[in-house]
Amino acid sequence: MAEVTMTVNGKTVTKSVKGNTLMTEFLRDELRLTGTHVGCDTSQCGACNIHVDGKLVKACTMFAGEADGARIATIEGQADADGTLNAIQAAFQEYHGLQCGFCTPGMVMAAAALLKDNPKPSEAEVRHHLEGNICRCTGYHNIVRAILAASGQDVPAVAAE
Amino acid sequence: MPKDHGIGASQKRREDVRFLTGAGNYTDDINVYNQAYVYFLRSDVAHAKIKAVDTQAAAAMPGVVRIFTGKDFEGIGGLPCGWQVTDKNGEVMKEPPHPVLAQGKVRHVGDPIAAVVADSLEEARNAAEAIELDLEELPPVVDMKAALQPGATKVHDDIADNLCYDWQFGSETGDVDAAFAGAAHVTTLELVNNRLVANPMEPRVAVGEYSRADDMSTLYTTSQNPHVIRLLMGAFVLGIPEHKLRVVAPDVGGGFGTKIFHYAEEAFCTFAARQLNRPVKWTSSRTEAFMSDAHGRDHVTKIELALDADNNFVGLRTDTYANMGAYLSTFASSVPTWLHGTLMAGNYRTPAVQVNVKAVFTNTVPVDAYRGAGRPEATYQLERIIDKAARELNVDPIKLRRQNFITSFPYATPVAVEYDTGDYVATMDKMEELMDIPGFAARRAESEAKGKLRGLGVNCFIEACGIAPSNLVGQLGARAGLYDAATVRVNATGSISVLVGAHSHGQGHETVFPQVVAEMLGIDESMIDIVHGDTSKIPFGMGTYGSRSLAVCGSAMVRATEKIINKAKKIAAHLLEASEADIELKDGQFSVAGTDKSVAWGDVTLAAYVPHNYPLEDIEPGLEETAFYDPANFTYPAGAYACEVEVDPETGAVTIEKFVSADDFGNVINPMIVEGQVHGGIAQGIGQALLENCAYDENGQLLSASYMDYAMPRADNLPHLANYIVDHSCQTPCTHNPLGVKGCGEAGAIGSPPTVVNAVIDALRSGGHNVEHIDMPVSPSRVWAAMQS
Repeated sequence: MAEVTMTVNGKTVTKSVKGNTLMTEFLRDELRLTGTHVGCDTSQCGACNIHVDGKLVKACTMFAGEADGARIATIEGQADADGTLNAIQAAFQEYHGLQCGFCTPGMVMAAAALLKDNPKPSEAEVRHHLEGNICRCTGYHNIVRAILAASGQDVPAVAAE
Repeated sequence: MPKDHGIGASQKRREDVRFLTGAGNYTDDINVYNQAYVYFLRSDVAHAKIKAVDTQAAAAMPGVVRIFTGKDFEGIGGLPCGWQVTDKNGEVMKEPPHPVLAQGKVRHVGDPIAAVVADSLEEARNAAEAIELDLEELPPVVDMKAALQPGATKVHDDIADNLCYDWQFGSETGDVDAAFAGAAHVTTLELVNNRLVANPMEPRVAVGEYSRADDMSTLYTTSQNPHVIRLLMGAFVLGIPEHKLRVVAPDVGGGFGTKIFHYAEEAFCTFAARQLNRPVKWTSSRTEAFMSDAHGRDHVTKIELALDADNNFVGLRTDTYANMGAYLSTFASSVPTWLHGTLMAGNYRTPAVQVNVKAVFTNTVPVDAYRGAGRPEATYQLERIIDKAARELNVDPIKLRRQNFITSFPYATPVAVEYDTGDYVATMDKMEELMDIPGFAARRAESEAKGKLRGLGVNCFIEACGIAPSNLVGQLGARAGLYDAATVRVNATGSISVLVGAHSHGQGHETVFPQVVAEMLGIDESMIDIVHGDTSKIPFGMGTYGSRSLAVCGSAMVRATEKIINKAKKIAAHLLEASEADIELKDGQFSVAGTDKSVAWGDVTLAAYVPHNYPLEDIEPGLEETAFYDPANFTYPAGAYACEVEVDPETGAVTIEKFVSADDFGNVINPMIVEGQVHGGIAQGIGQALLENCAYDENGQLLSASYMDYAMPRADNLPHLANYIVDHSCQTPCTHNPLGVKGCGEAGAIGSPPTVVNAVIDALRSGGHNVEHIDMPVSPSRVWAAMQS
């Protein structure tokens, strides 16, 4: 066991963890932040996407110990404190970019990472960026529309390009 | 202005807020105090005799609570099959035992041999590695036709030929033979409907809990139908009466059929929790899901179509081998028979149709319903052979379809069902308009200028949804009724809880169902909540599958709401000192016709619960009504789909360049959600057509047991926004349910695979390649190989 300290959604957390505790297990079991989901065991599906020091990371690929000193953001920290959805979350609802909701936290975190680096992506760039996220419900159509809308672009205009 | 309220409004989903903020409550998010964890030791070979399972060393490992093996389940029921099929000789199907943990033999990779319960998952997994297994490997049967050969290895000792049933259905053999004998042209095609894995993104989870104090078992599980699980597990497996068993399916992360069935892990966790007097939790890994979730499809078919000299369809005959896997999953037997054979007429007035199906046991994971369940298999065969016939006869495939359409309703097919309504010409017209068929030649020329081959594929389909009239399915072998139930509970202040038997795992019931009740009562949706997924809360329910939720459970909800309105009008009549016959309900106000006297919804509901001024001599206090609804017929959604593909002749890679669906779902309650369902179905259909394949090698090893090996559709595999239209403007309302709805959940998965394959074949032929057929998935290697032949 080793002690780790990190900030998670702005709060400082100190816990003892075993060397083989995955970040997904740490978030879900230790911190009870169950919005980070586990959909596969080969780092393919992206349901466990979080941000580590501002970068998109699949939480199933890192140990909790590796997050010592890091700034962690999860889906639970994306909305305002009063519950107001952020622009990406609101666009997902507006464009029906989710159905069962299981892949959704990972999609929202992936979208946030994309728009931080590329504030006005093309449709092709959005689709390419989502190569690490699997959704079985939506066929991605409305996820792509939601992310384009969240970027502040006119969705039909971008689609026509 | 589009409606923003009630029926027909694209209301945004209320459930989204919790899913978007990480506040969903999926089964794996549930942890019960003092729970133990189970790890299943599964067979890594396809077929073996279990000579010994030595758990002694493992049981002494740290944290181990107890290790269970097949012996612990001797005398306890196996997993039941819910549908008994009678074969063409009048014999009932072979129904081998399906123990919770393997007894004597393992029959597929993934068959559970032992279950290690420990204080932590890690300790359970470590202990499982210390179990000493003595397995005597046996030769496996993987290929269905090989399994039926004399002398083939037996999957079950007492089923000599591995045949579950040999089923025949539809027109008499003499009539079909006569149709073919008199035909001017016969087209024949052999094809495979590839084995798929449903792959909801949430893997299955089960948490069993037991309370000695009241002898109550609770199972939290990832299910589409908690009451069905309660019935099957309670009555057939563990012998727990319904009042001592609660099944909860909270937020469920997708189902697509594979979470209908009752699984061994559910029974195990419930059983072990009682044995150990301690909660037991199981969470599937994705690899485990690939080898323990029921698979889908896996049919091998020869289909023949007979046409007369005027190109009218006169006869259709199919011979299908349907893989059951090693055991019969809950509804496995019904899929290739009643969910497939009854759809074989499609949208066409073929007078003689006969369907033959041999269901075969193999050493593979059980196969059962997956989105569409039998109907995609029927549509694929039929629409592929129509395309082939059109080519052979040198007629336009759209024209050939149109010429043979059923155009008057009701229409009784030769395969037992009666279509109540439809307009196949209208959906075809709409598809042609949206697809811009006349512009195809120019688009093909553009593709060719880039060195690509472009093809156009069309497809029509019909499905039978709203499953199902209980008396009919009972005659066909179903061991359950297929009605549904709803309770409308009006609270004193006028808010409403609607308790429904349907289960929402992505379909948006929590938003859509209130739209219906709000429309009927003239009140705001925000006053109405949906409760589902807990057998201790809802009256009863057969659950969600077969595009049935709104058509069946929604109808029950309408009936219950009508009862509420009737009672509320009696109360309002009393309050208004008027005759009940004169009371009108509009916009949440009860008024006396022709007067300005009225009383509000909330006044009536309050009077029902505070009955100081109330007709107690005539009616009871309270305002809560339940209705069970058993449909009079199936519903028959139908549509016309088209797509254009580009094939890269250098690599064989196929891309979808344009896709149009024109569906007739009858009335639509929430267009946004309907379109989302179609997008999702089409993505799964395109996945089947181009990407997905569940592959076994000749030893029965599962080759595709992870997302590294099983190709799931990703965002860049699907049509671009601008070239993709899903339309549902053609609406012929269902004639026999109160909402006139037909169901939309499966259409996309049924309509799209033949559309895509027809387009690929068209593309290849345009490039001079004499290709008649490529089996799905139409992968680059298969396309490339076909181009070289």
